[in-house]
Amino acid sequence: MSLVALERVGVSLGGRRVLEGVSLAIEPGEIVTVVGPNGSGKTTLMRLVIGALTPSEGRVLRAPGLTVGYVPQKLHVDPGLPLSVRRFLSLPRPVSRAEAAGALEEAGVGHLAGRQMTELSGGQAQRVMLARALTARPQLLILDEPTQGLDQQGSAAFYRQIEELRQRHGCAILLVSHDLHVVMAATDRVICLNGHVCCEGAPAQVASAPEYRALFGTGTQGALALYRHEHDHGHDHAAHAHAHGPEDGAADARGLALDAAGPHGAGAGPGTGTGAS
Amino acid sequence: MFDSFLTRAALAGLGIALVSAPLGCFVVWRRMAYFGHATAHASILGVALGMVLSVSILWGALAVALAMGLAVAWLGRRGHSSDASIGVLSHGALAFGLVAVALTPGLRGDLSSYLFGDILAVTRGDLAVIWGGAAAVMALLAWRWRALLTATLGPDLARAAGIDPRREELVLVVALAVVVAVALKVVGALLIGAMLVIPAAAARPLARTPEAMALLAALLGAASALGGLWLAYLFDTPAGPSIVCLAAVLFAITAMVPRRTG
Repeated sequence: MSLVALERVGVSLGGRRVLEGVSLAIEPGEIVTVVGPNGSGKTTLMRLVIGALTPSEGRVLRAPGLTVGYVPQKLHVDPGLPLSVRRFLSLPRPVSRAEAAGALEEAGVGHLAGRQMTELSGGQAQRVMLARALTARPQLLILDEPTQGLDQQGSAAFYRQIEELRQRHGCAILLVSHDLHVVMAATDRVICLNGHVCCEGAPAQVASAPEYRALFGTGTQGALALYRHEHDHGHDHAAHAHAHGPEDGAADARGLALDAAGPHGAGAGPGTGTGAS
Repeated sequence: MFDSFLTRAALAGLGIALVSAPLGCFVVWRRMAYFGHATAHASILGVALGMVLSVSILWGALAVALAMGLAVAWLGRRGHSSDASIGVLSHGALAFGLVAVALTPGLRGDLSSYLFGDILAVTRGDLAVIWGGAAAVMALLAWRWRALLTATLGPDLARAAGIDPRREELVLVVALAVVVAVALKVVGALLIGAMLVIPAAAARPLARTPEAMALLAALLGAASALGGLWLAYLFDTPAGPSIVCLAAVLFAITAMVPRRTG
């Protein structure tokens, strides 16, 4: 069964509709990336998955006993709290010295064990949080904007590492990112979010699909357009199913469901959707 | 050995110092100092209510302190955790408490002992209450320690690990109310906040782990309690404020220690 499944989930925060009719499932061992502009509900979606938020509509199903490793984008440690990296790894579950050292080494920050959390740079802190998440032996690893603050080479290296993590730990990985290069490189499935699921599919197939070219153009401009394009339009949700797993991708010849398949029709050029980006 | 009033005072001060240390660390880490003040100030109202309803002052103080803690936590959850709203609650509760005490027959003369404590008048029964309350709170904090720390780092981090951050906040609210109620006799409503925050803040520059900070805070708090009592005895000064003065001096000294890095 799926590790986590969202069924027609809607969320309103402070009277504002943040998510609407979102259905998706994360299967064991797959790497899924959620992309979307600022304010598109990416963080809300992630908080639903970790259980920090209950949906206003629909439901979130979690596999029984699911273990989640969560790596937030930032961690604010109050300067009044003395906390070494080693001690941080034992929160909330105590881990042995060897286990901690191994996880830090795997995250590429083995030399930081004795440091204080407040002394770390943003990138170092994220790697330490990754090490902490790995010690939980997660079935699902969740990473929020893991490449923010990294240059392109750093990002590329990080995503090669993501693939290694999956192979070594056999965990599913849910990424939230705006970095499309990443999406193309290391993801099984991309979910494009803007309050609702706009499109979903395998990245390579997305890139080569005629709809993709028609909608977003080609080359890097196209890649940029994938998350810049205007999503504030109606969807005929019945017209295309959103819940593709990698294994049922073959059912859809192109393995994706783009907006173009909706009521706008495939012929809709970029002009229809670029009103206010 | 409990016969001397000074021995009883020393034991009472030690009990409060020991339980204030770990709880005070969370007050510092979570920036709950105002929260502590509001809870402590509210206890004065509880003293008057306890008197009027002829239940014990301890239960009155505990109930009102708990109600205040829950009110502040509820406000915080609804996004009203501004300094202003907690300030209104805190000072409002103190003012209502002072008026209520003035209106309560038989309490008027004791007002200063509830504001500043009367550690030299601690009885054996008070000692039992102080150490009972302190032991219960320390056991509660020890039981929830890792979950409390995780929730302090971030509510989402806690959620992902299967910890409910609201439950951990409730643990702290209850612990604060209990400590305020049992410490009322020792340092009084105005200085409980000081016993929570100052030893923890004084321990900070010397500690590299949360546990070390709590232990050092206990040591510094105990030294302040015993030393302050001794100074009060020597110079005939009020005991509660003398204890807090010494704690503040210890803070000033450790603040000069350069923070170690690496």
